[in-house]
Amino acid sequence: MTLVDTLPNGLDVSIAKIDQSVVKLDVQNLDFFYGKNRSLKSVSIPFEANAVTALIGPSGCGKSTLLRTLNRMYALYPGQKATGKIMLDGEDILRPGVNLSMLRAKIGMVFQKPTPFPMSIFDNVAFGVRLYETLNKTDMAERVEESLRRAALWDEVKDKLQTSGLGLSGGQQQRLCVARCIAVKPEILLLDEPTSALDPISSAKLEETVTQLKNDYTIIIVTHNLGQAARVSKYTGFMYLGELVEFGETGEMFTRPVTTRGSDYITGRFG
Amino acid sequence: MSNALNAPPRRTTPRGFHIEPIFEMLCFAAATALLAALGGVLVSLVIGGWPALSKFGFGFITGVTWDPNPDHEVYGAAGPIIGTLITSAVALAMALPIAGGVAFFLVELCPPILRRPIGTAVELLAGIPSIVYGMWGLFVFAPLFAKNIEMPLMAAAPVGSVWETLFSGIPNGSGILAASIILAIMILPFMAATLRELLNTVPAQVRESAYGLGATTAEVVMSVTLPYVRRGAIGAVMLGLGRALGETMAVTFIIGNSHGFPKGLFDSGSTIASTIANEFNEASGLQSAALIALGLVLFVITFIVLALARLLLRNPAKV
Repeated sequence: MTLVDTLPNGLDVSIAKIDQSVVKLDVQNLDFFYGKNRSLKSVSIPFEANAVTALIGPSGCGKSTLLRTLNRMYALYPGQKATGKIMLDGEDILRPGVNLSMLRAKIGMVFQKPTPFPMSIFDNVAFGVRLYETLNKTDMAERVEESLRRAALWDEVKDKLQTSGLGLSGGQQQRLCVARCIAVKPEILLLDEPTSALDPISSAKLEETVTQLKNDYTIIIVTHNLGQAARVSKYTGFMYLGELVEFGETGEMFTRPVTTRGSDYITGRFG
Repeated sequence: MSNALNAPPRRTTPRGFHIEPIFEMLCFAAATALLAALGGVLVSLVIGGWPALSKFGFGFITGVTWDPNPDHEVYGAAGPIIGTLITSAVALAMALPIAGGVAFFLVELCPPILRRPIGTAVELLAGIPSIVYGMWGLFVFAPLFAKNIEMPLMAAAPVGSVWETLFSGIPNGSGILAASIILAIMILPFMAATLRELLNTVPAQVRESAYGLGATTAEVVMSVTLPYVRRGAIGAVMLGLGRALGETMAVTFIIGNSHGFPKGLFDSGSTIASTIANEFNEASGLQSAALIALGLVLFVITFIVLALARLLLRNPAKV
């Protein structure tokens, strides 16, 4: 890996390049606007297939906004718009006419707070599947079980699948949301501070889940927890005030950050 | 400036200290006064209606003859009671889907420019006095309803079918169904406004989770947001029903005001409230007692509806 985008004024921005053949999702010159407010400034970042990329940075730096453009969640809200390109398997998902349902079937998302739907645990997981596929009872039961197993929740809920998803603990609810996402068989998982509302033990379990999933999914995780980013991710992007300041391999970044702002943030000097 | 904080504090008891007990007492008095008023109403209804209740017993509720003729006074309130229940139920059945549609539109689909005007219109609609609805119903709605709905439907109903029975009556535009429709229009804005508030309480992340799985707006509404506010929605519906049960003026205008058991949807009938409004002015003696007893019945029905709502809201079994 080489640092290519080094500016003459001493490593103001540094974006590592990664081999295009393994890039799943490629963000190119992305700008994002909340009304007139430009909250992403020409962000370009590649996400490698079947690897975890962490996005870090102080609150309000645009990490979550970047995440919300990747499945076009912002499109729910009038007045928010993104310009630039986001290439998924060679296709620009920002272009008009993209089928959002099919896009979101490919890109699952888990939020800061657990968001179980007001229905049984089984139905929570089956919800997304039912939108796309007509499975018979056995197949559906299998799919639900497999999803819950992969989310490391099966053993805790297998005896109470018909009880409400709202009755689970926060950590379990969050893993239920992960199971709900992977049941649809997405290719990409977006995790928006998935452990920020969880206690340390639940957080550790969720991290473990992420680690187990990383070989099969392209995972992008927004986190405020630098330790978490260091533990689970292969790449890390550091954002500041809507800019991607530094992007590179996690090990490199946490031991030898090359930008001034990146090293200040990682060493705790601000943020 | 800096000296102000350096000087030692001159503390006295906090200013609110002496007012606190008075404040507590006032709150307590307000709450107990409410309870006393409720009890007082109930007691006076029972006392006032007692002559009729004791004379006719259970027949007061089941009897279908309401005859204030002083020579052979008989008061059986089955007609007004059933009229009240039918008009309210039909009104609810008609208003609920539309109110839901309005609320979903406002929350999920409406372009921001229209959100405020439509929301305000809904609230204004809820504020129109009921007598205006009644006059509009009688003078504008009833003739149109008779000509364009009642007559064609009666003509089209096959002889001897259920429809013929259901649509029997006099096609003059006033009757059970016409009153139900006016009631539906009256409770619709109230329910729509309440449902909108409820839907707004669904956390954005929950809705986004559903959208994030690729669900369409209809799927999100039906499977996620609606179940999410289910309990509150039941409360809103029950309050709407409560209003429909007690609505007087508009119904009196258009229900036709005939006692006895309505034979069909187009038949004229009466509700408890309309009967009281119509007759109270000239009533005395047993009739006035019967009307007060009727009021008691309405009180009890409304109470049951509200209690039912509470019960449904309290049951957290399967959210």
